[in-house]
Amino acid sequence: MSFLPALLKRLAWSILLIVAVLVLNFLLIHMAPGDPADVIAGEMGGATQEILDAIRKSYGLDQPVYVQLWVYLSRAVTGDLGQSFYYNAPVLDLILGRLGPTLLLVITALLFALFIGTTLGVIASHKPNGIVSHLVTIVSIIGYAAPIFWTGLMLVILFASIIPLFPISGMYDIRLEGGMFVKALDIAHHLVLPAFTLGVVYLAQYSRLTRASMLEILGSDYIRTARAKGVSEVKVYSKHALRNAILPIVTIAGLQFGAMISGAVLVETVFSWPGLGTLAFDSILARDYPTILGILFFSAVLVIVANLTTDVIYRLVDPRVGASAK
Amino acid sequence: MARTPSQMPVAQSPQKEAWDVFRRSWLALFGLALLFTIIAVSLIGPLIYTVDPIEIVWAPLTAPGIEASVPLGTDYLGRDILAGLINGGKATLLVGISAAMITVIIGISIGAVAGYYGGLVDNLLMRITEFFQVLPPLLFAMVLVTLFSPTLPIVAIAIGVVSWPATARLARAEFIRIRNLEYVNAARSISAKDGRIIWRVILPNALPPLIVSSTLSIGIAILFEAGLSFLGLSDPNIVSWGLMIGSGREYILDAWWVVTLPGAMIFLTVLSVSLVGDGLNDAFNPKLRDR
Repeated sequence: MSFLPALLKRLAWSILLIVAVLVLNFLLIHMAPGDPADVIAGEMGGATQEILDAIRKSYGLDQPVYVQLWVYLSRAVTGDLGQSFYYNAPVLDLILGRLGPTLLLVITALLFALFIGTTLGVIASHKPNGIVSHLVTIVSIIGYAAPIFWTGLMLVILFASIIPLFPISGMYDIRLEGGMFVKALDIAHHLVLPAFTLGVVYLAQYSRLTRASMLEILGSDYIRTARAKGVSEVKVYSKHALRNAILPIVTIAGLQFGAMISGAVLVETVFSWPGLGTLAFDSILARDYPTILGILFFSAVLVIVANLTTDVIYRLVDPRVGASAK
Repeated sequence: MARTPSQMPVAQSPQKEAWDVFRRSWLALFGLALLFTIIAVSLIGPLIYTVDPIEIVWAPLTAPGIEASVPLGTDYLGRDILAGLINGGKATLLVGISAAMITVIIGISIGAVAGYYGGLVDNLLMRITEFFQVLPPLLFAMVLVTLFSPTLPIVAIAIGVVSWPATARLARAEFIRIRNLEYVNAARSISAKDGRIIWRVILPNALPPLIVSSTLSIGIAILFEAGLSFLGLSDPNIVSWGLMIGSGREYILDAWWVVTLPGAMIFLTVLSVSLVGDGLNDAFNPKLRDR
């Protein structure tokens, strides 16, 4: 299939998925024990009888279920994800306010993991029994087995008292004065530990994966051909091997976006990073259901967008797909 | 070169052959020993070290090695950390193993049906799988546990519900690979029922990779349970390692041991499970055997 129709088909499916997530949210509200109006208001929201009546009316809770679903969906489509009674603000506003920091954290961690991970993987594949190769194995075992929030807390201990190089909490220093550049630098400084904590798990996986697929590709016929016709070793690695070895990494990175957001929830909680994760944590403590469901919806949308992006990148990077499209 | 009979390769059962490979890997054996130790400590430990993990026994935040009656120190309320470590494993292991079982049952059922029937059924089931994969697993589990109360069974079900898609995909791939092999066709030709072919003919042959992935899902489920408890989404009356970390987190700068020790227990448990999983993978994967 050529590029555009395939993309349109993916796009249509993505929209269907988004609607499906909304339906799931609706079902969750109704399946939860208790009155849906109570659920929407949030158990500890301190909702009065008036508020509950207003909710029943505006969500059509006195009408048949399919009408309720329709009301819920049409509200969501217009961006109305409900009202947080705990924060006393529309859920959409709350989420949009926290989206930036989470995206900053996740994307930084992802890029860090991708660049360092593939680099380490390539170095390890060059010397399969070298130090880097063993390091990659050890880091990936630790990265897999250590709970991410614990790794974060260990870094907090390390950087709070032993090597106070990086801030261990928050996203910026409110006392700091200065221009845009100084503030950006301050955010970057605060970003180091959370992004490292989140990224290191994936760094381990990507480096192991790069190493494995590089080793496989370096043993293949066309690499031998390239070497035989005198292509320089640097070019063999960068142009011939890595371009193919990176494909499974792109796929995995896209598929893992959801897991990365999950990890971000824990990392944000550890480092008090003001993103969706801390919002999720706080609203769970407050049993603020509209906000929690709104975050679930929004992060699913992020994953859907990430999958779409991966699909496009894959088509651009894959030499075979590129060739057939031309 | 002629071989004497003793040098001839002896036909062995695949299970024995796999075990032979497994026990040659000292990492896998180490993992197995570690896992058995942790399970044994969790089951027998509370009978030997009888301190109640939720009872206040000494001054709060006592460091390890200062007071003999609380060898690993106390938490912010003055509860014995060692007692917490010994008793905290039960909930974690129980939830981890039952969640992994739920993951495997849902995953294999869906993957088997999708892979065996193919066509429209496959398409529909894979779309459902894809839907579950766009929901960030931990967040989805958090929502489920928050909506339906944080009890051990709910936590296990929530973890199972969010983590089956990977198993389903693997099972589907195996079933597609096997469904047209000769012995399956043979079963079909004697008009065996679909159910019988799926569960009795194909599944046993698809098991090796599924056993490896099930082992790894125990590790993942344990990490999930720990994460949920850390966030306060576990039964507050049952001690667990994740809960100890979550409640001790505020005191981390004054008392490193409160979070470090339970975290190390989670790490060792998941490590042991994953080493066993790697060992099984090598044992079952003929391609890697001779490396």
